[in-house]
Amino acid sequence: MSDAIAQAPGARTRENYWRTNAAKRRVRRRYAADRRLQYYGLGSIGLAIVLLGILFSSLIFSGYVAFFTTKIGLTIYLDPNVIDKANPGAANYRKMARNAFFTYFPEVTSPMERRQLGKSLSSGAPYVVRNYVIAHPEEIGDLVDIKVPLSDPFDQLSKGVIPREIDALSGDRVALFNVLKRRGVLHVENDKAYVKADVYINPGDVPEGDVEAADYQRMVDEAFRTFYMRAHSRAYEEILSQDVASAVKARVLADPALVGKTIQVNLPLSKHYDNLARTGEAKVLNPRFSSEKDLQWFDSLKKRGLLTTHFTWELFFNADSRFPELAGLSGALTGSFLALLVCFLLSFPIGIATAVYLEEFAPKTRWTDFIEVNINNLAAVPSVVFGLLGLAVFLNVFGLPRSVPLVGGMVLALMTLPTIIVATRAALKAVPPSIREGGYGVGASKHQVMLHHVLPLALPGILTGTIIGLAQALGETAPLLLIGMNAFIPSIENMGLLQPAMALPTQIFSWADSPERGFVSRTSAAILILLSFLIIMNAIAVYLRQRVERKW
Amino acid sequence: MSIKFIAYAAAAVVGTIAFAGMASAREIKIVGSSTVFPYTQAVAEEFAQKGGTAPTVESTGTGGGMKIFCQGIGEAHPDITGASRAMKPSERELCEKNGVKGITEILLGFDGLSLANARKGNKIDVTKEQLYRALAAKVPVDGKLVANPFKKWSDIDKALPDIAIVVYGPPPTSGTRDAFVELVFHHVCKKGKLPFWKAKAEEMKGEKKAFKKMYKADCTAMRTDGPFIEAGENDNLIVQRLAADPNAVGIFGYSFLFENQDQLRPLSIAGVEPSMEAIASGKYAISRPLYIYIKNAHRKVIKGMNDFIKEYVSDEAMGADGYLSERGLVVLDDAKLMATQKSALNGDAMPTN
Repeated sequence: MSDAIAQAPGARTRENYWRTNAAKRRVRRRYAADRRLQYYGLGSIGLAIVLLGILFSSLIFSGYVAFFTTKIGLTIYLDPNVIDKANPGAANYRKMARNAFFTYFPEVTSPMERRQLGKSLSSGAPYVVRNYVIAHPEEIGDLVDIKVPLSDPFDQLSKGVIPREIDALSGDRVALFNVLKRRGVLHVENDKAYVKADVYINPGDVPEGDVEAADYQRMVDEAFRTFYMRAHSRAYEEILSQDVASAVKARVLADPALVGKTIQVNLPLSKHYDNLARTGEAKVLNPRFSSEKDLQWFDSLKKRGLLTTHFTWELFFNADSRFPELAGLSGALTGSFLALLVCFLLSFPIGIATAVYLEEFAPKTRWTDFIEVNINNLAAVPSVVFGLLGLAVFLNVFGLPRSVPLVGGMVLALMTLPTIIVATRAALKAVPPSIREGGYGVGASKHQVMLHHVLPLALPGILTGTIIGLAQALGETAPLLLIGMNAFIPSIENMGLLQPAMALPTQIFSWADSPERGFVSRTSAAILILLSFLIIMNAIAVYLRQRVERKW
Repeated sequence: MSIKFIAYAAAAVVGTIAFAGMASAREIKIVGSSTVFPYTQAVAEEFAQKGGTAPTVESTGTGGGMKIFCQGIGEAHPDITGASRAMKPSERELCEKNGVKGITEILLGFDGLSLANARKGNKIDVTKEQLYRALAAKVPVDGKLVANPFKKWSDIDKALPDIAIVVYGPPPTSGTRDAFVELVFHHVCKKGKLPFWKAKAEEMKGEKKAFKKMYKADCTAMRTDGPFIEAGENDNLIVQRLAADPNAVGIFGYSFLFENQDQLRPLSIAGVEPSMEAIASGKYAISRPLYIYIKNAHRKVIKGMNDFIKEYVSDEAMGADGYLSERGLVVLDDAKLMATQKSALNGDAMPTN
């Protein structure tokens, strides 16, 4: 190239060369490429932020309602004749809670109605009362005010998650109705909607001229069908009211001469289509509620100011429950804590010992290379594989119990080990050789140099790696599912390393699969809590890296 | 910080706790079907609230539960398993081979499988035959079994809506899927509800086994060419998909429909919509029985097991107004409930084969 330029005839001095158009274009292109690279980077960061934003906002949007619960205050007389002071847990609290609730509705007396009314109150309300009494045994004999949650559908209604009313008609039925609308045959008269139709009073449908016994329904169907010549199903027949035949019948009875003629009749519509024609919408009660009464009772409670919204402390302090309004994470948090404890106690010492040996003592042979490569590979093995290993080895060979945090922690430790080893080795490498040499110089032995000088200096780095590894383990679901750490544990009283437990992610998994509506928001809330734990742990790791770690 | 100390401490703590835990008597362990899980969960919670030791309930699926349940007798093995179908002969054999004899079968009630689509979508009324023709891998056309050619509901019957068949359903590992295949596909084929299958049934009248083998082979697979989409075990995901796509239909347990009625509209099967009454009376055609199986040998050994079973079959739980019906179980009628209670409390073992 340069030869070619040098040989070019006179005009192109070296200076001029940079001013040619071609050269300028090349320069512009290079700058443009630089800028493009920047934009690509910015674009990907932007995309990541947008996606993260969508994730968080959807979680917060669906999860925030779980942090509030609708409660009702009950005034309960803790009758000392009913509650045994020695054994306060055994009384019939269901009856107490329900009777206290029924006092708000003295007019509801029949057993049927009371049963329906009782469904507004959480079925877990008796537990709340019982726990209160166990916690305050000195109040037996007093009149106490206890706030208990409403049952899930009413809680959701109060929070606006589920509607009071839903559309009565499906999309295809509305489309059928719109056919009439387009034809302009609908009209409203005296607050009632009609279809104007030409009905042929077919003599064939009037047996022996007996207008009383004629089949008017068939005549109407014939007439109405003309609007839906191309329809395959007869769903359109729903549009007309049940007693549409009587409208025609009345006309013909009044004037028997109409037989054989075509008359224009106003055909009344059935209820939902009538509403749709008059008001533009047809609504029915949300079928989740058994009748209008449910909502009337709810409104009455609300109007009297008996319903209050509280922060859901239950979410943090209650164990799991089948009632979403009472379900909490304390069991899962304890389970996760225990499993992480085991994981830490196992992986931290083993990980450090491995890393120290590999980094400081091991001779560089093919074997240590092989081990090194495999440790890095292990870090990339999917966690479910560790779960299967745990299932096969810890449960089936060692015979350890299913679902317990000890096994969960052991499986998680397998997963965390490579992370800790890699981080520890990096931290050890970062300690400058001068420290070691200084140690040796004053006559320290190899293990003294390691334990007294190198490890303490590397510790912040090691801890950072450990915390990140533990944070990963905290969010791990698949291995825990395989060893059964998704047991339903309704009480946290006797939790231990060898008692069945739940972990945070498996709790989320189990809530996500529950039918009750309340669990939808509970799931999002639990995810938010899990995420905040992860953020806290990672923040500690960042802090250690920034503040405690020594820079050389 | 001394690393040595940490290592010793870790070993010591883990060791002691492991030993201490092993020695203690364990609580009741229950595994099995994810459909039965919510009901067992409810009883477990109630049992714990009444002062019993909370049993461990784990949802493993019917088949998985049977496998664990039949591993043997002893502390390491579960005491009860839930099932959304009756125990298979092969599972009985496995149990007996491992020394698990004396199993009490308890019929809990029924569960309706529901099909539903979004409220804003079309109202659909189908029959079992139409469902079979919409979803089976092979269907009879002109007297021959061919790969399912139907793309739209209206291809099957003009009266059905003119929209593409899109059905979200459970994967093959799910009990819900087994039940759907058995209650819809096998029902249509075995009972000869379509001319092709009727002819086959008559042709092979003498050879029951061969016929069974044939319909199991040709009448079990769901189509895999697109219209049927496996949506995983999580029914809530299916519910969310349906809300997003008004033309799609989903298959799931009745309790999910019950909770989401403001968004979902059930498909009526031969004109009957699923409801507690329709499922209990058998009018709604796609419903299945739910069972739990109890290891009798464990009853005396495991603390509180008899009380737990008593709680499970009590009127308060399984009765018409019990807390299991609140959770969506379609309960037994009085006569059947009495029989169930009797056999549960006596521990009547299933007859050995």
